[in-house]
Amino acid sequence: MNGFKIIVLAKQVPDTRNVGKDAMKADGTVNRGALPAIFNPEDLNALEIALRIKDRYPGTTVTVLSMGPGRAAEIIREALYRGADHGVLLTDRKFAGSDTLATSYALSMAIRKMSPYHLIVAGRQAIDGDTAQVGPQVAEKLGLPQVTYAEEVLSVDEQSITIKRRLERGVEVVKAPLPTVITVHSSAPDCRPRNAKYLMKFKHARTITELQDSSEDYIELYKDRPYLDIKEWSVADVEADSDWLGLSGSPTKVKKIENVVFTAKESKILNDSNDDISGLMKELINNHTLG
Amino acid sequence: MNNVFVYCEIDEGQIADVSLELLTKGRSLANTLGCKLEAVVLGHALKGIEKEIAPYGVDVIHVADDQRLFPYLTLPHSSILVQLFQEEKPQIALFGASVIGRDLAPRVSSALKSGLTADCTSLIIGDHYDKKTDTNYENLLYQIRPAFGGNIIATIINPDHRPQLATVREGVMKKEIYDPAYKTKVRTLDPKNYLSETDFAVSIIERHIEDRKINIKNGQIIIAGGYGVGSKENFRLLFDLAEVIGAEVGGSRAAVDAGFVEHERQIGQTGITVRPKLYIACGISGQIQHRAGMDQSAQIISINTDINAPINRIADYTIVGDVADVIPKMIQYYKENSK
Ligand SMILES: Cc1cc2nc3c(=O)[nH]c(=O)nc-3n(C[C@H](O)[C@H](O)[C@H](O)COP(=O)(O)OP(=O)(O)OC[C@H]3O[C@@H](n4cnc5c(N)ncnc54)[C@H](O)[C@@H]3O)c2cc1C
Ligand SMILES: Cc1cc2nc3c(=O)[nH]c(=O)nc-3n(C[C@H](O)[C@H](O)[C@H](O)COP(=O)(O)OP(=O)(O)OC[C@H]3O[C@@H](n4cnc5c(N)ncnc54)[C@H](O)[C@@H]3O)c2cc1C
Repeated sequence: MNGFKIIVLAKQVPDTRNVGKDAMKADGTVNRGALPAIFNPEDLNALEIALRIKDRYPGTTVTVLSMGPGRAAEIIREALYRGADHGVLLTDRKFAGSDTLATSYALSMAIRKMSPYHLIVAGRQAIDGDTAQVGPQVAEKLGLPQVTYAEEVLSVDEQSITIKRRLERGVEVVKAPLPTVITVHSSAPDCRPRNAKYLMKFKHARTITELQDSSEDYIELYKDRPYLDIKEWSVADVEADSDWLGLSGSPTKVKKIENVVFTAKESKILNDSNDDISGLMKELINNHTLG
Repeated sequence: MNNVFVYCEIDEGQIADVSLELLTKGRSLANTLGCKLEAVVLGHALKGIEKEIAPYGVDVIHVADDQRLFPYLTLPHSSILVQLFQEEKPQIALFGASVIGRDLAPRVSSALKSGLTADCTSLIIGDHYDKKTDTNYENLLYQIRPAFGGNIIATIINPDHRPQLATVREGVMKKEIYDPAYKTKVRTLDPKNYLSETDFAVSIIERHIEDRKINIKNGQIIIAGGYGVGSKENFRLLFDLAEVIGAEVGGSRAAVDAGFVEHERQIGQTGITVRPKLYIACGISGQIQHRAGMDQSAQIISINTDINAPINRIADYTIVGDVADVIPKMIQYYKENSK
């Protein structure tokens, strides 16, 4: 198997799982802007799935595609440090406010530009939007089959891939023709750490915008080392129709957002004394909560 | 035309609980909107399935019965739904936020170019005024869902596209028989009119599905233990109390990871969602991922050595103390006081 091409979809997300004190506002709600930006966890599982195919079949190339603001180049570099070969950042103000349909349309147009390819690997779900919709929608937009909740690739050849899926109460092994889209579940192996060699190699990898903003002169360096170029594509570059993008191109609209307040409702405090516990049990029996 | 549809999933030869819960919700939405409730069932050996569904107040049941439709595969199910929805033009279509629903609904949404809202915790009908276009929308589906790991609650609407698509997790809505003798109409779909060869590109080679042995979801009272319970032996106390007061036993992920209790009992974001009338949290700190699965409980008691544990902030009663001391006392005083 030579020249196998894999595209990994990765999103930079605020770390909603570790909301520390610094990210809490005085009114008891979360200040989303204060959360650190991280590589979406299941997208790291997706990257590992891709890298394991590359381990098995040298000559495979892994390209990471991310849509987001300029700073999302950080996770592309992170993927390069761990073993990916190329990165593409899809960035344009016109993408802002996209729902999952508009996001998957944009990603699918970028993927078309990257043809030919054999396999697209996404995470199952992003921890901010939390929808798990983008993978299947990208598959539909490209007219490809999909295998969701993937845990392990059992075998792959030029025509097909065999995958173990993790279901609610068991596992399923399916075989799909290539190209196909798979979405990877968190039960898949964790991603390998950064590799010192790749860290050296890609330390100066930048998008064109980052280069222009930088004081250092990388022009000479890039002539010799074209792999340092993280491609940056706009709406025009992927020939997408703006009518299907951004807020106006999104069928779903956010009507209202309420911040969850984590501060108290009135709670009765009891201790472990016989009186307190006996009193509580009586109260629960009398108001028919128990018995 | 313009009715409310529910996609019914098959689980162990029966309609999945989450689908029955959605039928109950769908019935009440249809009543508010003054339209019909319709169900779609795709599978194999479905004879008599309407008897299971009709009592939830379903007016029309669309059935496609074909051996290639079970076990579930994405493409054949989505091809049938996409074409059926193009023909029937529902205003609302609901799916379980299960492995199947989350695989299927986005595919259908993309093909129909209509928006989909994931993991709704509440669905209500309401109006909307759009300032920019000076348009008034009546009777939209407000799709209310947590996002950002449960830190915010968003109300999502889908003003201009139909159907309005939403998924809901198991246990979030209540299931309730509407009328045991409800009159329904069964409409048989001929799979030939909906499917093509390419829908079978993906094939299932092997399946191991375990029976649903433990099912705590429908418990009226749930006693959940966390890492603070300390050991598998101490967990016995929770089972003892459960037996005495007629409750089910659940656990936090930390308790499951520590091997104190089976995975099937995990409550929370990556476990199950429960909404009992009483939830007793024993040695559980109450992280957001745990609360996501239980904060709809009608009453909450927390037993914790730490008065500042986050769970206490949503508890109706906090007993500050050691699980190993408090639970035996609860058993004792329950026995003494119950008639
Ligand atoms: C409060 C709130 C609620 C929302 N609710 C909805 C809703 O119900 N329905 C809806 O359609 N939209 C919704 N959105 C919009 C949605 O969050 C965005 O469209 C988002 O860009 C993609 O959705 P997700 O984060 O859920 O991704 P998921 O669908 O969970 O992501 C799955 C996988 O797709 C890939 N992927 C996703 N985004 C990108 C990207 N930008 N670049 C590269 N790969 C990517 C990754 O591999 C990821 O693991 C909501 C937004 C907010 C702020
Ligand atoms: C993506 C993701 C998904 C997750 N999904 C879930 C999920 O579905 N469900 C879930 O539960 N968690 C989930 N978690 C984990 C969650 O963040 C917490 O780590 C977990 O809920 C903590 O469990 P705990 O409260 O039992 O343990 P701890 O946080 O360790 O709390 C133990 C508590 O017990 C108290 N205690 C100690 N000793 C005693 C004693 N003798 N008597 C009384 N009290 C005592 C302590 O004061 C403390 O409050 C998830 C995490 C992530 C990142």
